[in-house]
Parts: sequence; structure tokens; C-alpha cells
Amino acid sequence: MKEEHGDKHTKRYGMVIDLDKCTGCGACMVACYAENNVPFKKDETDKLDSLNWIRIFQLTNGKPYPDTEICYLPMPCQHCDGIGKHGHPPCVSVCPAIATDYDDSTGVVSQIPTRCFGCRYCMAACPYHARKFNWWDPVWPADTKKYLNPNVSTRMRGVVEKCTLCFHRYQQARDKAYLEGREEIYESEYQPACAQACPTNAITFGDLNNPDHAVFKLKNSPRAFRLLERLHTNPKVYYLSSKTWVRRAGDNYLENESRPKSNRQKIHS
Amino acid sequence: MNTNDQQQPVSDTASPGTGDASGKGKNGSGWIILLFFVIGLIGSLAGGWLFFPDLLYSEKQQPIDFNHKLHMGVVYEGCQSCHYFREDGSFSGIPDLYSCSGCHQYPQGTNPEEKKFIEEYVRPNKAVPWLVYSEQPDCVFFSHAAHVKGADMKCQTCHGKMGQTTHARPYQENRLTGYSRDIWGYNIARLGEPKYGLRMKMNDCAECHKKRTGHKGACFQCHQ
Repeated sequence: MKEEHGDKHTKRYGMVIDLDKCTGCGACMVACYAENNVPFKKDETDKLDSLNWIRIFQLTNGKPYPDTEICYLPMPCQHCDGIGKHGHPPCVSVCPAIATDYDDSTGVVSQIPTRCFGCRYCMAACPYHARKFNWWDPVWPADTKKYLNPNVSTRMRGVVEKCTLCFHRYQQARDKAYLEGREEIYESEYQPACAQACPTNAITFGDLNNPDHAVFKLKNSPRAFRLLERLHTNPKVYYLSSKTWVRRAGDNYLENESRPKSNRQKIHS
Repeated sequence: MNTNDQQQPVSDTASPGTGDASGKGKNGSGWIILLFFVIGLIGSLAGGWLFFPDLLYSEKQQPIDFNHKLHMGVVYEGCQSCHYFREDGSFSGIPDLYSCSGCHQYPQGTNPEEKKFIEEYVRPNKAVPWLVYSEQPDCVFFSHAAHVKGADMKCQTCHGKMGQTTHARPYQENRLTGYSRDIWGYNIARLGEPKYGLRMKMNDCAECHKKRTGHKGACFQCHQ
């Protein structure tokens, strides 16, 4: 669509996750599994080869009782904009098959499993481990095949998959807008499954460029931070936390590190 | 090492004159074999494409010989009378049994196909297993709303004169891929005007998008 590319209507869909509200219940993960036909194994105890498009990390401040603090951090694909917002996330730059690209009109980083041949360069490049590899063909026990979402194609063995920000929901919202002769879709029309499933409303989703959307205000909050921001991946997933140790953990400072400024200089030198 | 050292001079001295010639002969026969291979390949490909272009496809008949022209004469809203948009913007595609049985609860005429339709599908309340000429793989997202409503395109642009057909043409399935022949196009070289509407491979979509919107679009525009 011509009007979608590179003009003032360009959208940047993203998320703001309030870690002060997240209880680590895992509803977002369950909703994501169901919505996106994410395969699972009979025995999921080995998390190293589990597939999940969003998963919850447990952070701790490492202090003994009674000062122990726990924070749960849900992590989907960060949909990086790349340096200078030129649409070059780390994974897109390395894919030899153009199986992943950056959509200029929405800012969503795509993954096309039918084009992917499983070299897993993107997984190596992704600093967030947001991409998952299908080590096996999916097995849908008993009748669960009938409950698969028809709007999301299932994947096969040997390809990489990841969060798409429920892009099929965007497509459906667009379809409705076309039918009603609208140019724009409403904020409520396009919400990913995880944001809708969150019982504490910790996940807010919308267009980061649109001042009318809730995320626009939230991302400028003093509590806001992004993961590994000093890598300049420019993610579109923001986190909110009132705790300093969480914000520091988000940027992955080691205990003996001093200041972020000195680290940045170290990287560039 | 030892044996090699001994053999090397022997072979060198044994054929100072003939060795050269035999080497050339070996090279030459290799080229001839390659030439025959290439001629054989081109010959068999051309033979297949020119004389047996249908060998790649198996033919299936539609369950009911549907007359589009007849129906277009009695409905009021053209194609969208049966192939309509739902309220949520999705496209209904091929009508379900319920849409047909509204009129065809009892025979409207004496057509044997209609009789067959009522006896075999309407009475037992069984969906008709229509074969979709433009069926795309599972990973493809196609928005009819974007094209028909957004870009104001006519049905005929992609589907050809389907609405004017009096008989359902046989569905040809590619034996290798399992997809309809309409996707690749009826001409194996993909040249000339398409016979039944537009060809529907990914490159065809991209080409048209490039021409009309100036951009091929991102992956997720058509993939899911």
C-alpha cells in the first residue's frame, strides 16, 4: 500500500509492560500459545528447547531475606527498530534468506517460517533470545488440532519462529476498516492476545507514534526503560518499573560495572 | 610415497608422444557426453512442454456442474450476492450450503445437476466439496477487502470471466505441488495473457503491487 510506506501515517506498534503490575501468572504465555498455534511437547521440563513467543523471567535483587525482592519480566520479541530507526534489527540484518523483514508501515519485524531454512543466524544475532527453533514437527495431541487458530499458519521442523505482535489481528482490523471505508483502525481493534489476557492490565499495546494511544504517554514515563538499551537495538517494547535494581537489571549491568556511560565508551572504542 | 615416486617416472617415460593425444581424446569425449546430455535434456523438456503440457496435472470434476451465468441473471447484487463480505470485514469465499438451500430447498427447474445437488447435498445437509481454483497455501493471507473495497478492484481483474461461465471447468491439480493449475497459470512458460484471470504466484502479487502501489510490500502484508 503506497499510503502506508514512509509518510506521516507510519505506525510503530509496540508495547509497554508495567513490571510493578505483573504478578508472573503466565496468562500471557498461555494466551499466546493458544492464539499463535505455538507447539508444545509432552514433557516441557527442559526449557532449553521449549517454544514460546513470550516468556516470563524471574528477576531477583539477590539480597537475603528480608530484603529479597522478586520481579517478573514477560519478554516477547522486542521488535527492534535498529540504529536510527532505519529498520535494521539485528536479526533482519543477518538473515540470508530474507525470511524476516521490517515492515515500514507498522514497525513489526516479521518472520516467514515457510521461507526460513533454519540456519539460526537470527537466533544468534538476537540479544533477547526472542526467536525459537522448531527442533521437531509439532504434535497436536488428540483433538487439539481442531482448536488451532486458522489465521496463523503452523510451522514445521527446522524453522525459526517468533512473536509477530499478533499481526493477523492487525490484518483483520484492517479488513474491517476497509469494509467501513475507514483509513485508520481503532486502538481497541488491534490488541495482541497477551495484552488482552493480562489480568492486571500490565501489558499495554498500541501505536507508539500516536499521541492518542495509551502507550504514547506510558513510554515517556520516568519509570520506563528498555532491555539492553545500550546495544542500540531500539526496541519497541518498553518496561515500567519503580525499582532501580530492576531498571539496572534491564540493561544488564553486572555487579562490578560502574556507570553506563563508561560502558558505552568501551563498546565504541 | 615410495610407490608413487617409482610410478611417476614410469608413466612419464612410457608415453611421451601418445600420452598427450590420449589426454585430448578423454577431454573430447567428456564434452560429447555433456553435449548429448544437454541435447537430451532440452529435447525432453521441450517435448514435454510442447506435446504433453497436461501431463503435470491431474483433472478433477467439480461435484456439481455450476452455471454462473444463469445465477448472475437472477441475483441482484452481482458477484457479491453469494460471495459476500461479512460484517467483520472477512470474505465469505465460496458460499456455504445454507446460502444455496435458501433458494434450492426444492428444485427450481428440471436441470439434472440441480436435482443431484438437492438430493446429494441439500437433503442430507452436507457441505459441497467444491474445488477452489484459486486456493492458496495455508501461510498466505489474502485480503479481499483491501483489494475490492480499498483499491476498488473488480472481481474480473483477478478471477477472469468466471461470472459468465455456463459450466464448471475441470479443476486441474499440479501432481507435484498439489495446488491448482490457475496459481501457476495455464501457459507453462508463464507468457502471454492468462487464460482464466490472473496468475496467482507470489511473484505475480509482488509484480502487481510494485506496479500499482510502488512497493512490493513487507512480508507480513501477505504472509501469516
